[in-house]
Amino acid sequence: MELVKDISGCGIAGFINTDGERVSGVDIVDSITLMKDRGNGLGAGFAAYGIYPDFKEFYALHIMYDDEFARKQTEEYLERKVHIEQHGGMPTRPIKKKRPMFFVYFVQPREQSTKAESEEFRLEEAEEFIFKLVMYINERIDGAFVISSGKNMGVFKGVGYPDEIANFFRVDEYKAFCWTAHNRFPTNTPGWWGGAHPFSLLGWSVVHNGEISSYGANKRYLEMYGYKCTQKTDTEVVVYLLDLMVRKHGLPFNVVGKIFAPPLWEEIETMEERERQLYRALRMVYGGAMLNGPFSIIVGFRGGMFGLNDRIKLRPLVVAKKGANVYMASEESAIRYIAKDLDDIYMPKAGEPIIAMLTDEAYEKVYGIKERTYV
Amino acid sequence: MYEIDAKGVYYRELNEKIREAIRQHERDIVLHNVCGQYYIGCGLNDKNVKITINGVPGNDLGAFMNGPTIVVNDDAQDGVGNTMNGGKIVVYGHAGDVVAYSMRGGKVFIEKDVGYRACIHMKAYKEMNPTVVIGGCAGAFMGEYMAGGTLILLGLTQDEEKPLTGMYLATGMHGGKIFIRGKVDEKLLWKEAVIVSPDKEELKKIEEEVKEFCNLFKIDYNKVMDKEFVKVVPKSTRPYGHLYIPGP
Repeated sequence: MELVKDISGCGIAGFINTDGERVSGVDIVDSITLMKDRGNGLGAGFAAYGIYPDFKEFYALHIMYDDEFARKQTEEYLERKVHIEQHGGMPTRPIKKKRPMFFVYFVQPREQSTKAESEEFRLEEAEEFIFKLVMYINERIDGAFVISSGKNMGVFKGVGYPDEIANFFRVDEYKAFCWTAHNRFPTNTPGWWGGAHPFSLLGWSVVHNGEISSYGANKRYLEMYGYKCTQKTDTEVVVYLLDLMVRKHGLPFNVVGKIFAPPLWEEIETMEERERQLYRALRMVYGGAMLNGPFSIIVGFRGGMFGLNDRIKLRPLVVAKKGANVYMASEESAIRYIAKDLDDIYMPKAGEPIIAMLTDEAYEKVYGIKERTYV
Repeated sequence: MYEIDAKGVYYRELNEKIREAIRQHERDIVLHNVCGQYYIGCGLNDKNVKITINGVPGNDLGAFMNGPTIVVNDDAQDGVGNTMNGGKIVVYGHAGDVVAYSMRGGKVFIEKDVGYRACIHMKAYKEMNPTVVIGGCAGAFMGEYMAGGTLILLGLTQDEEKPLTGMYLATGMHGGKIFIRGKVDEKLLWKEAVIVSPDKEELKKIEEEVKEFCNLFKIDYNKVMDKEFVKVVPKSTRPYGHLYIPGP
């Protein structure tokens, strides 16, 4: 028998053009496919920002169904709850394996009894409404999962190698200013279509290499705020924690980075008084949101991209810049393969958040409004 | 010179091509368009072989290698010289995490920075005595669980934003020597290691290795040597002896 070595470890990659210029999915597929050996064909996926410019005011729900019954139930529910501007099956190419059905719905929250038909939702209310809608479908409707629910963005994911999944979802035909990708090597949890990365809620999407050992603690913490963990995978908590801390608590990203990957107590002891107080407070207030275990993550959000390592750097992450482009990946070669003559390339430190944002003009162009929100 | 175009070649096939070339008595092998192929030079034994890499090689470059010389004309990724037995690796750029992981012999020269855990569990036995010279700065946990060999850190790329080395320096170290050019903050050091001055013989070793480093990367030797070196050594050869068993 031939001895086969499993080269374990997931692979992640992502890039953003901070001027909002959109490119097709070809580059991100090339980049993640170069790290094909980091996965084992049990999961891959892509998140893309800026793909639905014609529907940028609507929440784009990508929904995965196991069967027609789940679809019927979900659509009945949606019709009661939201205004559906347009919907249809997601464009796919044939694939040689059993797979769920995928549909996309462009929706806005709709008023029922509490408000007059004409009265509009405030933005925060609309976001909360969509959040509850997603939680309801994922938890209550058997065989239906909302895999993404943000505006002008979407997630494409499933069981397979990255190039297979990209081909299946016709990723090459979409244009986005920010792409993230994942190549999965499942360790503790099943490799199923919903369990592939990215995980997404509202504008958030997360790809993750590693293991969130604190999953249980994070899950219980999130449950207190109404977040239901239904995807059978540790990474899910990262998305919900982001949503909680940024959308609901209004924390800035660099602080979120320090909550996810806090300095160790002995490092905090060596800090100056003000800093020490801050880090102590963060660890006390947000102890339940700390991510323990090895990880590198790339987060996509409305108007930007965010990369982070665990606090003692047990997983790889490389960052590169070229003009308005910012790249992140598990391996340097994955960046160099798609971007020549980089201005800068380096490995961020443990727990050092790397944040790349759209410029103000680009944000307005992409989302049609000036004021920034992250979901 | 025997050239191989590695563009789009899968790592297994590329390594087979290299082995085939060596079987055909090629001694000077040049790889072009390398991009992320793992295990280049893995397990090769012939000390007369030289492999030149143009492009970024993948993880575990020169793993278990025992003799050849590898020259990388670009950056390298994680795990350079993983469990290497003998030979030499020269990187004209930076390298990723766990450089010289469990290295047992031979030499590694890195021009610029390295990532976390450089020389983790590097070891030595009798005539097997590895040496690693890092021209730039290093991440945290440098020399973690180090059991033998010599690590020289020059910090030539150091600036205000980039510290020479990170926290938890020499954590669990119980053998070998770390020489660092410039001042090291005691706070970075693990409690079971100490900073001392290198003795005469050790200075000779440093001079010798720095000379080779400077020749390789065309750097002014005198400029490198105008700063003092400090030595980091473990207090004990059994730092965890009392971790689970209390007592004297």
